[in-house]
Amino acid sequence: MPRRTMIEAIRDAMDVSMERDSKVVVFGEDVGFFGGVFRVTHGLQAKYGKSRCFDAPINESGIVGSAIGMAAYGLKPCVEIQFADYMYPAYDQLTQEAARLRYRSNGDFTCPIVVRMPTGGGIFGGQTHSQSPEALFTHVSGLKTVVPSNPHDAKGLLIAAIEDPDPVIFLEPKRLYNGPFDGHHDRPVTPWSKHELGEVADGHYTVPLGKAAIRRAGSDVTVLAYGTMVYVAQAAAEETGIDAEIIDLRTLLPLDLDTIVASVKKTGRCVVVHEATLTSGFGAELSALVQENCFYHLEAPVARVAGWDTPYPHAQEWEYFPGPARVGRALVETMEA
Amino acid sequence: MADAGMLRFHVPEPEVRPGGTPDFSNVTLAEAGSVPRPDIDVDPRTIRDMAFSIIRVLNRNGEAVGPWAGLLSSEELLEGLRNMMTLRTFDARMQMAQRQGKTSFYMQHLGEEAVSCAFRKALKPGDMNFPTYRQAGLLIADGYPMVTMMNQIYSNEADPLKGRQLPIMYSSKEHGFFSISGNLATQYIQAVGWAMASAISNDSRIAAAWIGDGSTAESDFHSALVFASTYKAPVVLNVVNNQWAISTFQGIARGGSGTFAARGLGFGIPSLRVDGNDYLAVHAVAKWAAERARSNLGPTLVEYVTYRAGAHSSSDDPSAYRPKTESDAWPLGDPVMRLKNHLIKLGVWSDERHAQAEAEILDTVIAAQKEAESHGTLHAGGKPSTREMFEGVFAEMPPHLRRQRQQAGV
Repeated sequence: MPRRTMIEAIRDAMDVSMERDSKVVVFGEDVGFFGGVFRVTHGLQAKYGKSRCFDAPINESGIVGSAIGMAAYGLKPCVEIQFADYMYPAYDQLTQEAARLRYRSNGDFTCPIVVRMPTGGGIFGGQTHSQSPEALFTHVSGLKTVVPSNPHDAKGLLIAAIEDPDPVIFLEPKRLYNGPFDGHHDRPVTPWSKHELGEVADGHYTVPLGKAAIRRAGSDVTVLAYGTMVYVAQAAAEETGIDAEIIDLRTLLPLDLDTIVASVKKTGRCVVVHEATLTSGFGAELSALVQENCFYHLEAPVARVAGWDTPYPHAQEWEYFPGPARVGRALVETMEA
Repeated sequence: MADAGMLRFHVPEPEVRPGGTPDFSNVTLAEAGSVPRPDIDVDPRTIRDMAFSIIRVLNRNGEAVGPWAGLLSSEELLEGLRNMMTLRTFDARMQMAQRQGKTSFYMQHLGEEAVSCAFRKALKPGDMNFPTYRQAGLLIADGYPMVTMMNQIYSNEADPLKGRQLPIMYSSKEHGFFSISGNLATQYIQAVGWAMASAISNDSRIAAAWIGDGSTAESDFHSALVFASTYKAPVVLNVVNNQWAISTFQGIARGGSGTFAARGLGFGIPSLRVDGNDYLAVHAVAKWAAERARSNLGPTLVEYVTYRAGAHSSSDDPSAYRPKTESDAWPLGDPVMRLKNHLIKLGVWSDERHAQAEAEILDTVIAAQKEAESHGTLHAGGKPSTREMFEGVFAEMPPHLRRQRQQAGV
């Protein structure tokens, strides 16, 4: 099976979708001729023409707002916001329009759009190239929120998102674009070609939204993670020797609660890990759900390892980013609690 | 260089406040028939003046004059008059129903009836409007059932939107009327996207975007103009300048710009200004802009100059911020009276027939109201199922919503 980077896998997902359905259109800043600042849309304009893949003015609200109008017409836009940090001008369109259109019109109009945005830190991106705003989407009824962690899932989830009849926020951890990253910034990074999840089948396949994946089976403690933190958690488990069960959530909303609850009821312990800031982050929802559903099985408080409640700094990258040492400490403390 | 002294902060103010005498002497009006009608493929740069003038067809004597006249038959004009009168009667009854507690909220179109009623007649089946909350004339003029509108206003068991939406936030894909949102200006860029989609699909349908004077200050107005200009989208960009954004006079949104139409010029978009209380002028300009869009010539911006004669909404009292008699002094008059006088001048209408039509329309609206009320009003009679609250958030209900619906006991 061919191996692809996450960039290639996401591009392939759009290629497959555009080939299969002439209603799929792709646009955003620098997405057309140039092929995207991360090369994710490279070649799509040459293959499908400017009517299917084109450059947009630097106006996030305009990109999402026009995509909503296209979806109301009957197209299936898959648009790009260059960095998740720059989605805020589009927040009104995403949360009040895309998310509500089906509900408020009783299905008279619908909004089958996908909004792709590179997310996450670990790249010395500073304050406006590192944010993880997923909690701002999961809090909005009517939006689905997806965060893939590997090329195989990225392609399957993106095709599923494009085919989904509702708006999907597709957050791409840019730290994982070229290879998995476990937080050991002082070691060489392995490319996806060396990783089994870099195997990406040709053609059409989907990974269903709303289904988590168990990345490492274990019996001591359940780790709930997504995106880059999946690899950090794996490294932390190896280094501490704790037999952690690591669940890659893949879709934050709808959430695969059944997989989470079954795991925590088995292990009796749970650590939640994300890059986003702690307070009111998605980890708070996960922690609350675990407590509500697994209270009598819990042998320790649910722990959260997250970014600090500060803007994402530049020089202090590795003190901010929740690396394997911090996650490992949380695993040890949870086992000792 | 000489010291310029302290800076002073500028806040525009309307000419007159409550207690003052209404004064529209600053409103300059071109004579009816005096503004030329260019070809639809005109070079936008050559008609820049039109963004500062005002296209009018009906003169003081009720005659249709000039190059924008002569597009509508007497029958079409009579239908237009009936649509405007119906909208006005509908408004009055629904405003009263709100006062009687049959619904929570209402917004009238008083004085602006010509804008949406006449515009609708310039569109073809399949075209899509992206309206604000003050274009119900688009539905009335397209024959959308009044009973259905009332069912929505009453949030009753027959409400097509299942009680989920605030009154007057209608939606009808079938009638080319996009779902209304409470968030201002969002629809303006969505209309451009719809038009882009039509062009991408090599379709022949066009879109119409709607916005008020106050909401042109929203960033999505800018977004829409940029996108419409960049992609030459087949869209008519309508600005309804009724002088007021709740309590805020239009100068707060307009600033130093001469007119709202002038905003289009910087984007290279042909921009026209029209007498919004002149049914014939509104229709003629709308038709010109729609033909431009349909001919792949791109967007047109149209400013309709009118006056919000009623309160902003059922929750508003305009006497707190503007003179009570200001609408009487409005120099463009009343759209219903002006079309009525024109039709009398044409010899196809009379005061007697007008009074008779008023009575007939009132009967029709009351009958519709009775039928709607048989399905319930906001606090009495039939109402949408509580289960409907959980439906339609997504195409398929996800597990967490199923759990919440069970918790709610429905």
